[in-house]
Amino acid sequence: MVEFSLWDILRNLLLALRWTVVLSLIAFIGGGLVGLALLLARIAKLPGAERGVGGYVQLFQGTPLLMQLFLAYFGLALFGFKVSAWAAASLALTLYTSAFLSEIWRGCVNAIPRGQWEASASLALSFTEQLRHIILPQAMRIAIAPTVGFLVQVIKGTALASVIGFIELTKAGTMITNATFRPFTVYACVALLYFTLCFPISAWSHSLERKLRRER
Amino acid sequence: MNAEAAAPIIDIRGLRKRFGNNEVLKGIDLAVQPGEVIAIIGKSGSGKSTLLRCINGLETFEDGALTVDGQPLLHRNAQAMRALRQRVGMIFQSFNLFPHLSVGRNVMLAPTLVKKRTGTEAQEQARKLLTRVGLEEKFDAHPDQLSGGQQQRVAIARALAMEPAVLLCDEITSALDPELVGEVLRVVESLADDGMTLLMVTHEMTFARKVCDRLVFMHAGRIHEMGPPAMLFGDPKTAELKQFLSALHD
Amino acid sequence: MTVTLDFIAVLIDWPFLLKGLAMTAALTAVSAIVGVAVGVACAWARAYGSLPLRSVVASYVELIRNTPFIVQLFFIFFGLPGLGVRLTPELASFLAMVINLGAYATEIVRAGVENTPRGQIEAAQSLALSRSQVFLRVVLPPSLQRVWPALVSQIIIVMLGSAVCGQIATQELSYYANLIQSRNFRAFEAYIVATFIYLGFAIFLRHLLNWIGPRFIFGAAPRRV
Repeated sequence: MVEFSLWDILRNLLLALRWTVVLSLIAFIGGGLVGLALLLARIAKLPGAERGVGGYVQLFQGTPLLMQLFLAYFGLALFGFKVSAWAAASLALTLYTSAFLSEIWRGCVNAIPRGQWEASASLALSFTEQLRHIILPQAMRIAIAPTVGFLVQVIKGTALASVIGFIELTKAGTMITNATFRPFTVYACVALLYFTLCFPISAWSHSLERKLRRER
Repeated sequence: MNAEAAAPIIDIRGLRKRFGNNEVLKGIDLAVQPGEVIAIIGKSGSGKSTLLRCINGLETFEDGALTVDGQPLLHRNAQAMRALRQRVGMIFQSFNLFPHLSVGRNVMLAPTLVKKRTGTEAQEQARKLLTRVGLEEKFDAHPDQLSGGQQQRVAIARALAMEPAVLLCDEITSALDPELVGEVLRVVESLADDGMTLLMVTHEMTFARKVCDRLVFMHAGRIHEMGPPAMLFGDPKTAELKQFLSALHD
Repeated sequence: MTVTLDFIAVLIDWPFLLKGLAMTAALTAVSAIVGVAVGVACAWARAYGSLPLRSVVASYVELIRNTPFIVQLFFIFFGLPGLGVRLTPELASFLAMVINLGAYATEIVRAGVENTPRGQIEAAQSLALSRSQVFLRVVLPPSLQRVWPALVSQIIIVMLGSAVCGQIATQELSYYANLIQSRNFRAFEAYIVATFIYLGFAIFLRHLLNWIGPRFIFGAAPRRV
């Protein structure tokens, strides 16, 4: 039996960690763009936007991420697309992130007092100008902490992509466990690596929150 | 009443208290006889509320001695503090009724938990006390359905349910609309008539003059003058008290 | 290209789906109760406990909140046998869910407890209530009411997260969806049906918990008309 050192295990996990990071970034940035579009549609009160986006958000917030990943994987295949785990995972996580981020940001925009809208309207600003110069700058300040906090959720979400065969940190952990028969060590290392990635981001989000509270 | 023969129920000697660098009580000496009704008056910041809160242990003090019913105050001893608080009750400026309990249950809670009264006993007692403060029909109401004056009267009933020997009243009418003050003061007067020992921090001078045995005037952390109301109002000796009384008449 | 969807093939196996839902519901119910209890205990520890106790609880909370649930589950089910602790899939799932919910509940309950107005605590102390009586009878009920929406949301998140437990052969809803699609090859339809069952259950659960809360957990005062 081949003896695996701790470093062997860690080395392979670190290689897989790259893909966790890449998938997280794809989902976060993609989800952010889609989420922003959904938010703007909602704020602009486009026809059907309120109910449509509302339903979209309820769907993604009220169903398991695992199911969303399965549906992306099997759904895309059903409609004739050549599906890799990459594509399915990216699609599912992007849509998932877009729903949550648009909801988080909607809360931030709603937190801006009505008076700001009224004052800027009274100054004859157009809707786009109101958004660009008055509302969004203020909303962004409030939104930074929870948005950064959600990044942690996205990173944790990528772990589920392992179930549809995407090779990231968790999947690598499973594969290495099967090879080394040291599940305790391997999964402890996996957990530690996620922690190392997520904890600084969580801590940053908390400090941003505290800063904002002090400034109010 | 022969003040010399009876031992003081509250005996304060040389009490000093600091908040950070700020010395708020600079050596207080006060002996309270059982059955006495004492009003503590003075400008805000003179330390009146702090003194009251020291007596039931909500504030600690650095120097001096404080004895209640012969027992010295032991801050670190949780059991001793609980025993103290069964003898000394407190009514707060902001009532502090428990919002998740009905009026009746607010009054019943402590006797049930601390004095281990049965539910029926506690309920009977609660109803009696609420009748005493004029709120018998509000037994099942919730605090947010009552006016300020009613809430404060419930708070008095709640404190009385523990059958304390002393009641501390910390500006209990200051947060009330003027027309609600009277109903609360009437209850307090009836308590005084029944022989309860009362220490009240108050701005209600007419009430103090009418009901209290002794007036204590505090200024900048010290007791400047002490004596029967007629004496303090009629013949103020220190400049600070004269200034305080004249400011009242403006 | 025409796509034919055959939902009947999936719905015909509704007893399986029902069994799965029952297991999901049971796991959620038990872990919700125990998890919230853990959260209350740890919130107390963080608010009133000694420094070493607070550090331990803080470490627990940060560790759980910064690692994925699936990794926690795999660690408990696959990792612990390495130490000689062997658990059934159901027990491992339950344990993982309790530990996970407990950490999040700690922070949620703590926020509620720390927002208790000082006067409430002083009034309770002045009535000679002991420390535990002050916490359990005066501080906790209004705190739970304050944070109930957040707590309910977290329970639902844990319920949805339990879908992963099917991966270690816990016979809950996603496990049976998997089973069904492995037999009739209708993967998309199977997962759509399961997803809608999860959605329906999530909505039901929210209403149920919002109904239970005021009645059994914290005596909510009737609103002034």
